[in-house]
Amino acid sequence: MAGFLQQLVNGLSLGSIYALVALGYTMVYGIIQLINFAHGDVLMVGAYVGFAAVVFLKLSIWWAFLLAMGCTALLGILIERVAYRPLRHRGAPRLAALITAIGVSLFLENSGLLLFRPEIRSYPPGLILNRPLSISLGGIDFTVTTFQVTILAVTGILLLFLQYIVYWTKTGKAMRAVADDADAARLMGIDVDKTISFTFALGSAFAAVAGVLLGLYYNAIDPLMGIMPGLKAFIAAVLGGIGLIPGAVLGGFSLGFLEALVSGYWSSRMRDPIVFLLLILILLFKPSGLLGKNQVEKV
Amino acid sequence: MGANGAGKSTTLLTIAGLLKPQKGAIYYQGRDITGLPAPFLVKEGIALVPEGRRVFSRLTVRENLELGAYLVKDKGEISARMEEVFERFPRLKERQRQLAGTLSGGEQQMLAIGRALMARPRLLLLDEPSMGLAPMLVREIFRIIQEINRQGTTILLVEQNAHMALQVAQRAYVLVTGRIVLEGSARELLKSEEIRRAYLGGQ
Ligand SMILES: Nc1ncnc2c1ncn2[C@@H]1O[C@H](COP(=O)(O)OP(=O)(O)OP(=O)(O)O)[C@@H](O)[C@H]1O
Ligand SMILES: [Mg+2]
Repeated sequence: MAGFLQQLVNGLSLGSIYALVALGYTMVYGIIQLINFAHGDVLMVGAYVGFAAVVFLKLSIWWAFLLAMGCTALLGILIERVAYRPLRHRGAPRLAALITAIGVSLFLENSGLLLFRPEIRSYPPGLILNRPLSISLGGIDFTVTTFQVTILAVTGILLLFLQYIVYWTKTGKAMRAVADDADAARLMGIDVDKTISFTFALGSAFAAVAGVLLGLYYNAIDPLMGIMPGLKAFIAAVLGGIGLIPGAVLGGFSLGFLEALVSGYWSSRMRDPIVFLLLILILLFKPSGLLGKNQVEKV
Repeated sequence: MGANGAGKSTTLLTIAGLLKPQKGAIYYQGRDITGLPAPFLVKEGIALVPEGRRVFSRLTVRENLELGAYLVKDKGEISARMEEVFERFPRLKERQRQLAGTLSGGEQQMLAIGRALMARPRLLLLDEPSMGLAPMLVREIFRIIQEINRQGTTILLVEQNAHMALQVAQRAYVLVTGRIVLEGSARELLKSEEIRRAYLGGQ
């Protein structure tokens, strides 16, 4: 039982990170029905901006988070502007946009290899307090690190922030309106392109936080670091129901738990195969995801 | 008025700025507004209630109405307008927290009209507001349309229900494959032989 609880606690950290990335996938999908395969690479750029902020600019980790969020938000807007918007305005088929997304992903990865070099870099130690805390809950003992608590807290704050934006602000209502019916939104006077840009900015900023957290978590960043978490978060988004914000959070945490349990009770080598098997199973049996209504969506 | 596929919706969508005309020009209050984008036209006082209502189904009734006044900054103004809409459509007030997608067809039509009124349009474009509604509700909707018109809003109404439409309208136009083939005062058209034969089921 103690072991199980310990695995759950471990799963919570990666689950948080997956949830943050999955949100970007799901928001973009919700608004323009595009699987933005470059999203994981935006995470990588965020991790590098954070790295540069602490190593070269000597900023604190909190400023690094903010700087990474700002830069990737701009990057997200730029990607949408240059790569996706022209296709959308021409009424290109969804497959063209999907292929473009893969192209943007490759572009970012190779630019990363060129600019940052293929070597692995480490965030300097001691950026975030990482002390184990022993906790006893109803006679069951387990350990949480202060870093794990930090990850959870940061994720929690961002989720509340997102909830506020999406449900309480005018821009958030515009986002949901465009996701619902873009032409009707235009009739209200909503600038659809601007709303889509904002969605990319928001999703990218969340990915940056995930990128910096991953850099701290594994203590290693490299230009291809976004691929795996990107794919996993995509699976998380599909698991929860792509296009649904609560689905991304549920999917992210579920995936985190699943990975922790597979690693803990079976073997960490089985972790990735199981996760991808999960994707196949969802697509076969419930393509609309845990929270989605069952209507088959074509990608 | 016009048969299916005559180009009625296309005309309204073009006036509202969702489609760009390939030829011709659109004048509104003496100004050329051809090809101007929808948000700009909303600001100029043109609002469209599209065919099939197109309410934001996953947003609440209240949020739908708020979005109707998207370009209005003043919160007090927005709630004043909302109160007016609620007065006109008490049913919407009862259901303001409900998701628009769960409303009945008639309620959705009221919401679509209410949402357009939130922009305080000078020109209200209505695309088949009676579509799919029970006769009693159709009369109710027409009564409301007339009321809105009497209060000073110009209305351009597209209707399959020619009889009802000609009774409330001042002028009428008949469209065939994108061209106006007949126009005149509604009263004249109501009496016209051609119209009786084609649209009113008369002999
Ligand atoms: N995007 C498009 N591409 C090609 N043809 C189109 C397009 N949109 C509309 N049309 C055609 O233009 C014609 C007019 O369509 P429109 O929707 O304006 O008809 P309508 O008069 O509103 O008909 P209804 O009474 O059935 O609503 C139709 O023949 C339609 O098929
Ligand atoms: Mg039509």
